[in-house]
Amino acid sequence: MKSLGSFRRTFAPWNDPAAKPFIAIENVTKKFGDFAAVNDLSLNIYNREFFALLGASGCGKSTLLRMLAGFEEPTAGRILIDGQDMRGIPPYKRPVNMMFQSYALFPHMTVEGNIAFGLKQEGMAKGDIEARVAEMLKLVKLEQFAKRKPHQLSGGQRQRVALARCVAKRPKVLLLDEPLGALDKKLREETQFELMDLQMKLGLTFVVVTHDQEEAMTMADRIAVMDKGKVMQVATPAEVYEAPNSKFVADFIGNVNMFEGTAAAVANGKIDIAVAPENLTIRTDAASRSCTVGQPVGFAIRPEKIRVSRKQPADPSINSAHGELYDIAYFGDMTVFHVKLESGRIIKAASLNAVRTVEDPLGYDDTVWVNFDTDAGIVLTA
Amino acid sequence: MNTTWSRFNIASLVFGFAFLYLPIVLLVVFSFNESRLVTVWAGFSTKWYVSLFRNQSFIDAAWVTIRVGLVSATVATILGTLGALAMTRYTRFRGRLLFSAMIYAPLVMPEVITGLSMLLLFVAIGFDRGLWTMILAHITFSMCFVAVVVQSRLVTFDRSLEEAAMDLGATPVTTFFRVTLPVILPAVVSGWMLAFTLSLDDLVISSFTSGPGATTLPMRIYSQVRLGVTPEINAACTILIAIVAVGVIIASIANKRREVQKARDEQAAARN
Repeated sequence: MKSLGSFRRTFAPWNDPAAKPFIAIENVTKKFGDFAAVNDLSLNIYNREFFALLGASGCGKSTLLRMLAGFEEPTAGRILIDGQDMRGIPPYKRPVNMMFQSYALFPHMTVEGNIAFGLKQEGMAKGDIEARVAEMLKLVKLEQFAKRKPHQLSGGQRQRVALARCVAKRPKVLLLDEPLGALDKKLREETQFELMDLQMKLGLTFVVVTHDQEEAMTMADRIAVMDKGKVMQVATPAEVYEAPNSKFVADFIGNVNMFEGTAAAVANGKIDIAVAPENLTIRTDAASRSCTVGQPVGFAIRPEKIRVSRKQPADPSINSAHGELYDIAYFGDMTVFHVKLESGRIIKAASLNAVRTVEDPLGYDDTVWVNFDTDAGIVLTA
Repeated sequence: MNTTWSRFNIASLVFGFAFLYLPIVLLVVFSFNESRLVTVWAGFSTKWYVSLFRNQSFIDAAWVTIRVGLVSATVATILGTLGALAMTRYTRFRGRLLFSAMIYAPLVMPEVITGLSMLLLFVAIGFDRGLWTMILAHITFSMCFVAVVVQSRLVTFDRSLEEAAMDLGATPVTTFFRVTLPVILPAVVSGWMLAFTLSLDDLVISSFTSGPGATTLPMRIYSQVRLGVTPEINAACTILIAIVAVGVIIASIANKRREVQKARDEQAAARN
């Protein structure tokens, strides 16, 4: 059986109809004045899941996170955590902890004091607090920084203190607001994997808010793509990338070539799409969506699924179009070709530079054929 | 950077400092004058300080001043901090603009008016004038200074600190005392010091609101001066100046040290 993406998933409670969601967000709306930051949104998040809320700024993802933490109350709808309705429960009584974008470390306390703060509020015994703090410092590898104040730490160290502080209470759910937003690129990539390891080790449920799609794709089990207070799609990173359910999601995640056309022929899973400007018919199969003949549809195809060749492929079942090489962007690991079709449309095609030397490299203004298989793209009706 | 001093620069510096400090220097010098005459130098002596400390009315006045200052600064700091919190936290309540204008108004209100209105109020409600009416009046005018100082700190206060505290299980009250207050404490302390200083040297409002038996040092000095300036008064003023100067110097040295230390720590943190 074919699967979306390049690896097999063993953890997928969302496909199990018997699994009970750990966090259930039911028809939640949050209005600020007349503006609905979150609009009739429903989501299920499962135990031990690494869940990402992904969207541009202002899409309502942070508001949703703040409602989970208890800093905002939903205007309508309800939120259940572990089966318990959270309405009216203040932040200090919720089984969740949040890591803030600014880290919000207490500047007047040492690293130890910051980590111990939550434990003291629980009324934990002094000896137990010391043991837990030591354990947390070890977990985030900050043992020798215990007595420092936050301003005596680097950005990466502060981030780890913030993490240790909210993990220390062993919450059922950890909410992370742009956890890596303030780190530089290299540190961010390392920390992504550290966060994933930590989540596995502690067996916690993570809900991460991010605007960085690479970050979401790398870390999350599932991603909710949000726009204007609504969830556009909830799926695994591979599904969101390979089988987006709408033009918005296809366009939002990664790079895409988007064609607008009409369904010319529809027969047992195969859809032919007529694209007007090029007078082109794109043949597709493996279409998961049904449509009727004459219906306007979109066709989305990722650049790396398009080949660029000097000759038209011999196999007539392969989709191909003629154009000239307009731009070449060399990234080292891959090269992106911009091919200008006769209609003037630019097609982006990416190819992996799997070998070091090429016999007959393509150059600017070469006449080429872009071509792709019938199952390489996806038909979109929304 | 240009470090050469032009004549104009030197001249303006000398004039500026002379303008500010010559009167004070004269006062300090003549407090050590042997002679009873304020304007004639007759040799060094500390006898006026000795006689000052033997003058019970001065000692009493100083004691009243300190009591009024401590109580009114403390109460004004509490009220002013609460007012500043309300102003920065509840940004959308009805009448906020009016409330904010009313907090700032006493800063520019002529003291005579504040004093007179207080007097009328105390007379109207039949409150016997004395130490407590004076304390009430001082609280009233100094709490808005505290509110302004604390508010300027609260504007830059990161609210997520409080949210983090609550998220970690602290109730709003615990959050205030364990997180908010420690972070804004420097501003609250400066507010208190400002209120204390204002109370210490207030003459107009004190004169309106005090009663028999409650005379502050500025009132005492003022009434004495009307009978002629004595070196004793110079000595009293010199002591006041010394107290204030020492306070200011200690505060600025501590502040400077803290800044240098913080900058050094941050550099060290960036290195590792």
